[in-house]
Amino acid sequence: MARVSRQTFRDALSVAVTVGAYGVAFGAAGVAAGFSVLQTCLFSLVTFTGASQFAAVGVVAAGGAGVSAVVAASLLSTRNALYSLQMAPHLQVRGWRRFLAAQITIDESTNVALAQAPLGPAAVRHGFWLTGSGVFIFWNIFTLLGALGARSLGNPAAWGLDAAVPAAFLGLLWPRLKDVRVRVVAGVAAVFALVMTPLLPSGAPIIATVVVAVVAGWSS
Amino acid sequence: MSSTMTWSVLLGTSVLCYAIKLVGYFVPARWLAHERLQRINSLIPVVLLSALVVAQTLAIKTHIVLDHRVAGIAAAFAALLARAPFPVVVVSAALTSAVVYRLH
Repeated sequence: MARVSRQTFRDALSVAVTVGAYGVAFGAAGVAAGFSVLQTCLFSLVTFTGASQFAAVGVVAAGGAGVSAVVAASLLSTRNALYSLQMAPHLQVRGWRRFLAAQITIDESTNVALAQAPLGPAAVRHGFWLTGSGVFIFWNIFTLLGALGARSLGNPAAWGLDAAVPAAFLGLLWPRLKDVRVRVVAGVAAVFALVMTPLLPSGAPIIATVVVAVVAGWSS
Repeated sequence: MSSTMTWSVLLGTSVLCYAIKLVGYFVPARWLAHERLQRINSLIPVVLLSALVVAQTLAIKTHIVLDHRVAGIAAAFAALLARAPFPVVVVSAALTSAVVYRLH
């Protein structure tokens, strides 16, 4: 295996630490939503895809049905299927390694990996494995800290945890809003979800907005 | 909330999210190569995140409620406009919301 370039290592580490530290917010959100510390940590170990984890506990916290939580989280992770499709030819993984690669196929590992393309195919692979495993390690450590911290805080609203979760979603959405057309789609989805709130069971309006994505993606 | 429910949500989410990650390593690339499918897929996070912001800020179950969370999201919005980094966005939302909550 070729030597890891300093550039790739630095990219991977900085992303792993910054994103991983954010696991504190997930740990707190999980416990605030009513999951145990163990369950919250298992989300980060097993589910391991940030936005979906937040969606699952967020829907539960808002009083939504379990099915809505699972469906919303899964739909939010469909982009990971395209990431794995993009990464497969670069990684050339066979056998059990595919199962390992799949677990760390997330926004960060894919984006850092593909950004290494000018440094050559080995750098792409290094970027993927280093970022994926780095985020995994830090995300899980910080999830535990957040979960333990939230358990000792008590009432989540008194610490603003109920506003931290939607703020996190807004922060994840923000970079995608540069494109005007995407901004319109996001606006329509927001209004749609608001209108559907009194009409559908809790959690369902979120899933229903997929209709907006299908209509917008189909026509243009 | 029952522990059966929390465990089912954890299990269901974990199994489905993992299965979705596996797709690209097992199916031929052409299966997902349709332009329309990719376009819809790229918009799915946008609509879901947008709906999640609305639901978590303005809804309690099936009711629309204006409370301390709105102040929190306004602070997050301001932080994003000021190009603040991600953790600052979240912490400013939490602090603002907590202050408003405690003043009530």
